[in-house]
Amino acid sequence: MNYFARTSLGPAGVAILLGLFLLVFLVVPVAKVIFVAFQDPNTGALTLVNFADFFNTSLFRESFFNSLYVALMSVVVGSVIAMPLAYFTTRFNFNGAVLIQTLGVIPLIMPPFVGAVAMQLLFGANGSINLLLDEWFGINIPFMEGLNGVILVESIHYFPFILINLSAALNNIDRSMEESAQNLGANGFRLFRRIVFPLAMPGYVAGASLVFLKVFDDLGTPLLLNVNNMLAPQAYLRISSIGISDPMGYVISVILVLFSLFALWTSFLAMRGKEYATVQKGGGGLMKRDLRTWEKVGAYAVVIFTLLIVLSPHIGLTLLSFGTIWSFSVLPDGFTLANYQEVIGTTSDYITNTMLYAGLAALIDVVFGTAIAYLVWRTKLVGRKWLDYLATGALAIPGVVLGIGYLRTFYEVEVPFIGQPLASWWVIIVVALAVRRLPYALRACVAALQQVAVALEEAAENLGATKYRTVKRVVVPLMSGGIIAGFVTSFATAAVELSATIMLVSAESDAPLSYGIYVFMQSAAGRGPGAALGMIAVIIVGVATYLSHRVIERGKREQALDAALAGGV
Amino acid sequence: MKGPVSVKIEDVHVAFGHTRVLTGVNLDIEPGEFFAFLGPSGSGKSTLLRAIAGFGPMPGGRILIDGQNVTGLPPWKRNVGMVFQSYALWPHMTVRKNVAFGLEERRVDGKELRRRVDAALDLVGLAEFADRRPAQLSGGQQQRVALARTVVVEPRVLLLDEPLSNLDANLRVQMRRDILDLQRKLSLTTIFVTHDQEEANTMSDRMAVLNDGVIQQVGAPVTLYDRPSNLFVADFLGTANVLKGHFTSDDGGSRFMDETGIEITLDKKVEHEHGAVVLRPQNLTIQSPGAAHATRIIPLSGTVQYVEFLGSIVRYAVQVEPHVILIDESHRQGDRVFQKGESVEVGVDTNYLTTLAQ
Repeated sequence: MNYFARTSLGPAGVAILLGLFLLVFLVVPVAKVIFVAFQDPNTGALTLVNFADFFNTSLFRESFFNSLYVALMSVVVGSVIAMPLAYFTTRFNFNGAVLIQTLGVIPLIMPPFVGAVAMQLLFGANGSINLLLDEWFGINIPFMEGLNGVILVESIHYFPFILINLSAALNNIDRSMEESAQNLGANGFRLFRRIVFPLAMPGYVAGASLVFLKVFDDLGTPLLLNVNNMLAPQAYLRISSIGISDPMGYVISVILVLFSLFALWTSFLAMRGKEYATVQKGGGGLMKRDLRTWEKVGAYAVVIFTLLIVLSPHIGLTLLSFGTIWSFSVLPDGFTLANYQEVIGTTSDYITNTMLYAGLAALIDVVFGTAIAYLVWRTKLVGRKWLDYLATGALAIPGVVLGIGYLRTFYEVEVPFIGQPLASWWVIIVVALAVRRLPYALRACVAALQQVAVALEEAAENLGATKYRTVKRVVVPLMSGGIIAGFVTSFATAAVELSATIMLVSAESDAPLSYGIYVFMQSAAGRGPGAALGMIAVIIVGVATYLSHRVIERGKREQALDAALAGGV
Repeated sequence: MKGPVSVKIEDVHVAFGHTRVLTGVNLDIEPGEFFAFLGPSGSGKSTLLRAIAGFGPMPGGRILIDGQNVTGLPPWKRNVGMVFQSYALWPHMTVRKNVAFGLEERRVDGKELRRRVDAALDLVGLAEFADRRPAQLSGGQQQRVALARTVVVEPRVLLLDEPLSNLDANLRVQMRRDILDLQRKLSLTTIFVTHDQEEANTMSDRMAVLNDGVIQQVGAPVTLYDRPSNLFVADFLGTANVLKGHFTSDDGGSRFMDETGIEITLDKKVEHEHGAVVLRPQNLTIQSPGAAHATRIIPLSGTVQYVEFLGSIVRYAVQVEPHVILIDESHRQGDRVFQKGESVEVGVDTNYLTTLAQ
């Protein structure tokens, strides 16, 4: 009993503090949003009248179906892009595999809303591509027309989720799975349909539902493309134009949360009990074959074409940021550095704010992530799983919803000594970013912790180190690679977050990069500087992503070396 | 159904890129035979089995099944059943679905499909597990499903890749018998790959020992054990004491002279000059120095280095400078067991040894 009390008091205290943080900054605001959605705005009584109002308003019905349509179509278009790429890398000895892996990362370093305006200038009705098509063939394709634009931008941005998950699933199919089918008489398309496809299905569904969730919740892209008849923009516009007492914003929030939960649940169901990792001892590894010459040409054509489309937001943004005036022409009229000078001269606040907010949020994430990972996987605390569920649950909460929840919950809470409401203090932006990125950091920390054998901890304790000292001297140093990777990922994604930030920025001087880009992009004259700001964001995220990649790779090499040394090889 | 068929392998070569894995393999496997490919890992035994099924790089030479050249045929046109080492059961299908797969590919359906699947599951004793998923079965049961899935299509030849390697020791003995029974019942020409000589000895009618992509020797287990044709086979099949030296022959017979001066007179004539003598531990005897012995027994003096009492036998390691010779002495109740450090005589019986050319 004594032993138990001494060793569990520390962890229990930490667990309670973490639980309180998540309760105050995740559970309460979301509960508040849901509660208000069911509350009569005048009497305060519980009611369904708000939902009835929602479905009786044609604009909202239209928004609802538009959001659903855009999310589903983005999954379809994303799958069309991702499937051939995943198949090439996993089933053929294809030299372009590195190219495809790069393809899978490039879109993720630029948030979709940043490239949206550039895409408009390339693919819009009067954009470069259509001007050329008109000149050559006399046709005009509405790539960016209304919802099409959102679908195009989102699917180009999010297809890597499908690519990564599907490739992983295909990589897990041992060649004996296919060989035994061939041995029993199956080949070609029947082999694919009966064996390969069903085995890869869970991975595909997991990736696809993630894309659905991301697109359904996205606020920045439709806002910047000026497509307002979708759910997330409607929620934002209602709250920002009518005020935080308007119930429609809350009703929309509930619908967003419901669909996010549904998507997460689908992905959970798809993966549960179906992790068909069939590569095993005695198996033969992957079934790969060489490409014939004409197949190779075809494969390269597909990859390069995809690469061009995927890089188009980056190309467009670069042109826009260095261009003078770009309107009704294939390329900008001239090139200049003026946009960068303007941005760096007048708006350096945006950059320093972003570094501060994203840095702090990432720091909170890895500290909390490490603590939660340890508590959940290495202690026997009652209810420890709930910490994991709560922190991961943030995945299902769209940024808009969290933003609305914070506004509603913390508007009356005054911060001591500062003299302003918590909801409009800049720290609340950091908290929002931290809560939103915590699930990702937590997964990175859990993965890192699972690499640390329990025996290493026991050895330290056996030599007299307390729990706290053991964690500090053995566990955390061994996890450092994963923790750093988690920090960088959180930092990079927090740096370009828009949907919660846009709700919570109360003064221009407190605003981060993403907000600045949004403000600039609103006017035609601001596009150049906006693009320059976007380029800066892309560079920050790109460098951070590259660094985390290096850290992870170095960790892997060291582990391989350690294993080799331990094995006496 | 047609009777069992033959498998003929003519001068087969296989290379992965520039690495040769099989060189000049020739084999005649009789109809209905239970044949083993035995060899250490990397010897090319699995590659040869896979080549018969049509997997891996296109081999040089010819592979004939029932007289038909199948060398260029894709796997799905060979009707050769293969059971994979990992079983390769599809996790997304039930046991019944797994077993039905090959028949469905052969456009068998309806009652006929059901009847044959049930029969195959009955054959391996898994009828009541038909609706389970592979992951819900034990290793031995999975093995049976894999067997049923393969034999249900009535393949011309049955190929088993390390069929027992993923099972624990007790199950292995049981499964050995079950596979053998199944093979006899179906009278299928069967080839199986193993690195375990006990498996090959107990199950196969004949076997081929492979090393470095080359067949070392082909024959019945007893023949290979008693009359190995080279040092590799002698050493791979059981324990062998090997003395290297040279032979001198005259009219009456031959004399073997070891590098260290051990002399053995042989009453048969040995053709080659340099070679080796192979002594199996159970063919040697151990006794106190100076004790009487038959004339054909050649005594070698040594010291007991260690003793392992194994119950039915006692294994001695005797230092006969500079060799360490292993001797298995069968143990009967009350027999004296020599102690470590004792001086002894090792008896070599010239009737029970093998001479090899080098």
